[in-house]
Amino acid sequence: MNWDVIIPLIGFLVLVFLIGIYASKHISKAPDFLQEYFLGSRQLNGFILALTMVATFGSASSFVGGPGVAYNLGLGWVLLAMSQLVTGYFTLAVLGKKFAIIARKINAVTLIDFLKERYQSKWVVLLSAASIIIFLFSAMAAQWIGGGRLIESFTGLSYTTALFIFAISVLVYVVIGGFRAVAITDSLQGIVMFIGTLLLLIGTIIAGGGLTNIMTELTLENPNLVSPYGADRSLTPLFVSSFWILVGVGVVGLPQVSVRAMSYRDSKAMHKAMIIGTVVVGFIMLGMHLIGVFARVVIPGVEVGDKVMPLVALEVLPGWLAGIVLAAPMAAVMSTVDSFLLLVSSAVIKDVYVNYVKPSASQRQVKTISLSVTALLGVLVFLMAVNPPDLLIWLNLFAFGGLEAAFIWPVVLGLYWKKGNAYGAFTSMFVGVGSYMLIHLNEPNLFGMHTVVVPIVLSFIGYIVASLATQHKHPTTQQQITQRFWGV
Amino acid sequence: MKEDQNQFQEDPRFRIANREALMGVGLAIVNFIWWFGFAYGLGQKPPEEYTYIFGFPTWFFYSCIVGFILFSLLVFVMVKLFFVEVPFEDQEEESE
Repeated sequence: MNWDVIIPLIGFLVLVFLIGIYASKHISKAPDFLQEYFLGSRQLNGFILALTMVATFGSASSFVGGPGVAYNLGLGWVLLAMSQLVTGYFTLAVLGKKFAIIARKINAVTLIDFLKERYQSKWVVLLSAASIIIFLFSAMAAQWIGGGRLIESFTGLSYTTALFIFAISVLVYVVIGGFRAVAITDSLQGIVMFIGTLLLLIGTIIAGGGLTNIMTELTLENPNLVSPYGADRSLTPLFVSSFWILVGVGVVGLPQVSVRAMSYRDSKAMHKAMIIGTVVVGFIMLGMHLIGVFARVVIPGVEVGDKVMPLVALEVLPGWLAGIVLAAPMAAVMSTVDSFLLLVSSAVIKDVYVNYVKPSASQRQVKTISLSVTALLGVLVFLMAVNPPDLLIWLNLFAFGGLEAAFIWPVVLGLYWKKGNAYGAFTSMFVGVGSYMLIHLNEPNLFGMHTVVVPIVLSFIGYIVASLATQHKHPTTQQQITQRFWGV
Repeated sequence: MKEDQNQFQEDPRFRIANREALMGVGLAIVNFIWWFGFAYGLGQKPPEEYTYIFGFPTWFFYSCIVGFILFSLLVFVMVKLFFVEVPFEDQEEESE
């Protein structure tokens, strides 16, 4: 056991617990339990908002999987990762004010609340809830595996014990503190991620003998490592560009992102979040993936990509500092998992239970059920993650793509196109998720692009065609929706 | 407030929201062109012929590092100069 490393980590976990306790005080005082538990009563300021977006978005794949792939492929993978710079401002600019205003008009707490009011259709709600539960659940499992592996790799504990420690830490503060705890811990985690990236980047460059030396050694080993095409020249421009859809603009469709666009306090907070978010996302993505590439010179011959980041931290930094830096991927994983956990439980409780099973439930009942469902989901994921499947990054990206295919058009066109209706939304989700599954299983990288691109195009066509074809149906409902959403 | 559809009046805040969303889309497109142009414009020659700036291959330096700094600045400028603060709550009176 390496106590130098473990003590800063324990300190970090203690801090996170304290935040959970602090946030739980807000919950007992809040006038509306659901608004507070799932949305922090729409009180986020710009700084917290930016960091919670970054932290939620920067997951195990940015800190563990991503640098591992960069280690193997070189600068081409860093180029690909930089497509995420756009998420910092694009999602907030597009959802931005409109989503915030409408969410307040209709008093929406979850993404599904928005879809429910916008489309007035039980099927859209149920299909959305199912997509969120299935996809986020599997994404969550992937993240937990990442968390467990991380603790395993730098404490030497068994995987199951490590996973158990991880699970308990996350569950406690999410269950007691809700969204506010998640957002504040996310900010702390975002700061840790930022500082961790900075320290490790500097340490790695020094250990590698300076940038020029690192590049020379990489070129000597394989010149393609410094090209945009990847070590084996497998990264084609088209494939790399298609990541702009998956991890760039398509992120608009992710429920964990859109729910944050409902939670800011005012437009000032949103403006600030766009600036801070862009800088922090860009820096972390650039830094972390560069560290992966540089690590090839510092610690050659690492076989398992996921171990690159922990190993390089232990190699180039003194123990206690490595402990602080290694809290960064922990933070990334925890901050992603916590919001998934909350989203899945909000889908189960708010969107299915309160909407359809028992609309008459009292605040007290809802509260008890929220806490127990959140805890129960945590236990379920833990059980899934004890016997994990391998490829962390791909499982995670699978969920990303599936959610984007399901939600991007019902959300974006629902906000900006008055003619969009329930038939369009349903068709779009059905076509999006269906074609995503089919392509993923049969012909991944169709036409040389990431799997997500074609389903997004198909679901767009589905939305438009189905909406236009059914314009004559339910004209009064449509008129009421337009009045409610767009009217003064 | 809920009156006949004949008197339908669009929330004036949405004009601002729409314009800002379009600006976000525009910036993303320029960002993509910058990123792609430098990466594959300068990076397509054989790696042996690369030139380097501050230790980084020129294509990478412009596409990823300058791109990152430039677009962070542009976001700052866009938000500070062109984004308008509007109230989110419905109760307040809006003036156009």
